[in-house]
Amino acid sequence: MIRPDAPVLLEIRDLHASVDDQTILKGVNLTIRAGEIHAVMGRNGSGKSTLSKILAGHPAYTVTAGSVTYNGENLLELDPEIRARSGVFLSFQYPVEIPGVSNLEFLRVATNARRAHRGEEELDTFAFEDLVRERLAVVQMDPVFLDRSVNEGFSGGEKKRNEILQMALLEPLVAILDETDSGLDIDALRIVAGGVNQLASSDNATLLITHYQRLLDLITPDYVHVMAAGRILRTGGKELALELERTGYDWVDQELARLEGGRTPVEVG
Amino acid sequence: MVAAPAAAPALSGTAGWLAELADAPLPGRRVEEWRFTDLSALTAISPSLATGALHAGDFTLPAGVELLDPAAAAEALDRVVRATGSDQHWPVRLNRAAIAQSHGGVLALRVSGCVAEPLVLARGLSSAGLEARQLVLLLEPGASLELLQVVPAENASGQAAALCALTAVHLSEGANLRAGVLAQGQSGASMLAHWLAVQEPGSELSLTSAVSGWDLARFEPRVVQSAGAAHTQLRALQACTGQQISDTHSFVRFGGPEGTLDQLHKAVADGQGRSVFNGAVQVPRAAQRTNAAQLSRNLLLSDRARIDTKPELEIVADDVKCAHGATVSRLREDELFYLQSRGIAADQAAVLLKRAFCEEVLRDLPAVAAGWSPLAHLLAQD
Repeated sequence: MIRPDAPVLLEIRDLHASVDDQTILKGVNLTIRAGEIHAVMGRNGSGKSTLSKILAGHPAYTVTAGSVTYNGENLLELDPEIRARSGVFLSFQYPVEIPGVSNLEFLRVATNARRAHRGEEELDTFAFEDLVRERLAVVQMDPVFLDRSVNEGFSGGEKKRNEILQMALLEPLVAILDETDSGLDIDALRIVAGGVNQLASSDNATLLITHYQRLLDLITPDYVHVMAAGRILRTGGKELALELERTGYDWVDQELARLEGGRTPVEVG
Repeated sequence: MVAAPAAAPALSGTAGWLAELADAPLPGRRVEEWRFTDLSALTAISPSLATGALHAGDFTLPAGVELLDPAAAAEALDRVVRATGSDQHWPVRLNRAAIAQSHGGVLALRVSGCVAEPLVLARGLSSAGLEARQLVLLLEPGASLELLQVVPAENASGQAAALCALTAVHLSEGANLRAGVLAQGQSGASMLAHWLAVQEPGSELSLTSAVSGWDLARFEPRVVQSAGAAHTQLRALQACTGQQISDTHSFVRFGGPEGTLDQLHKAVADGQGRSVFNGAVQVPRAAQRTNAAQLSRNLLLSDRARIDTKPELEIVADDVKCAHGATVSRLREDELFYLQSRGIAADQAAVLLKRAFCEEVLRDLPAVAAGWSPLAHLLAQD
C-alpha cells in the first residue's frame, strides 16, 4: 500500500559494503515507507543477500560508505540484537540449526527481548505458550516443532515456517525476507506467503528478496527493484517483475555496460 | 602402619606427608599419565586427615540396598581395584592408606532386585586437609539401581581441602546401574577420584559425570567387562576456568567378545583453565565383535585456556568396530548471529549455546540430580 505521506521506516543512501576485502555493494539507494511491500530481484551475486545481512548487522560485512536510517536512527551503529529488538527482522535464507537449544525457549527469550524494548511486560512460560499457540496458526505449524531444538532436523519448509512464526511473535516494523521462497514446494510457499500477508499492515513494511516471480504472485509488491553488481539498476511496480519473468536478466548486462562506460544515470520509476 | 618410603628423596611439608601416606612420591609431570596435570594444588592443604568421612548412618538406604559386611567389602574392593589395574595408581594408594588411618569413610553396600528409589549420596567437603571416601557397591545378578554421588559446592571451613574418592562397583550378570557423579568444587579444593567397575556379561552400566569448580580435579573412570557381552555408557562433562585444571583419564577394557561402549566426553575451557582428556580403550584378541565408540568434544572459550585430548585405542581383535573422534571448537558464529538477530544479546546467546553444549551430557544424569542444579554450577564457572 503506497501512501506518500506515510512515515519513512528505512532509508538507505549510497550504501557501499564489502566482505573479505571484496566490494559487494556499490551505492544502494532505497526508501521504504510504512505500509509498503518492496521486492528486490536480481541474479545470484548481485548483492541482494548481502544487503539483507548488512541490514541485520552480520559481523562479516563491512560498510565502507553510505548510511542507513531506520525509524530516524542510524541503524548501522546498532548491535544486531538492538536492531532486532527495535523491530528489524531478517528471515534467513538458510535458518541456522542450533542443537540443544529448545525452539520454544528460544522463541520466548526473543519475544521477551522485543517486548522489554517496547516497554511491554515480559511473558512467563504459561502466557508465552498461549501466545505462541495462537501465532502458530499464522503459518499452520505443528506444535511438535516447539519441543525440538531450534531448526534441528526441520525440513526446508518447516524452517521457513519457523522463520515466519518468529516474525509473527516479534512483530517487526521492517521485515526482510531473504529468499523465503527458496526450497519451498507450492503448498508450503502458499502458507508462508499467506503468513507474510497476514502480518503486513499499514504500520510496517516488508522487503522481499527473491529470484522468482512465483512469490510475487502470492505477495503483491508495491515496488520491484532490480539489483545488479551491487546497485539497484531499475525500480518499477509489480509489472517489472512480470517483465523480468518474460525477458530474463539479459538487459541488465547492457544497462550495466552503459553505466560503467558513460556513467549515465539510469532512469528510475 | 604406613612405612616411610625407603629411598625416596626427603620431602617436606604436605608433599612429604602425602608421599609418606601413599608410600610413593607424588607423580610428577615426567610420568606420562600425569604429563599435563600438575598436582601442586594438593600441597596447599594442611597435612592432616579430615574428619568428615562417610558413615552409613548418614544416608537413607532404599529398600533392596543393605550394608555389606566388612570382610566381603574388603574382598570386593580388592577384586575390583585389581581387575581394573588400578592398585598401583597413586590416588588409589593414597585413598586406601588414608582410609586405613581414618576409622571410617567406607560405605559398602549390596544391591539386590530392582531398587525403585534412587540411592543418593550427597556430602560436601566438611573440613580442611585430606578427606578420603570409599564406596563399594556389589550388584547381585539382575539387580538394578540408580545412584547419584554428589559433592555439593559448599565449604564449611573455607580452607584448602582435598577429596580423595574411590568408588568400586561390581555388576553381576544382568545387573543394571545408572550412576551419576556431580562433583562441584570450589576455590581451594582439589579432587582425585577413581570410579572403578567390573561388569559381568549381560550387565549394563551408565555413568554420567559433571565435574567443575575445582582448583584441580582428576577423575578416572575405569571399567572392565570381565568377559565382554556387556554394555557400558560413559558420559562426562568437565568445566574449567581461571587457573583450574580438570583432567579425566578413562579406561575401558573388553575381556571377552561382543561388548559395547558408548562414550562421550565433553569439556568447556575458559579463562586460563586447562582441560585434559585421555580415553583408553583396550580390545584384546578375545574381544571379537566389540562395538565401541568414543567421542571427545571440547569448547574452547578463551585464547589462554588449553585443551589436551587424546584417544588411546589398543585394538588386537580383528572383527571389531571402534570409532573415535575429537573436536575442539569455539562457539559458532553463525549460531551466535542467528540468536542475536532475534534480539538475544551476545552474552545471553553465548550462555544459551554453552548450556546446549552441556545439556547433551547432563540429560543422562539420574533425574534426581536436577535438585543440585548442575547446569547453574557449570555455567557459573565463567
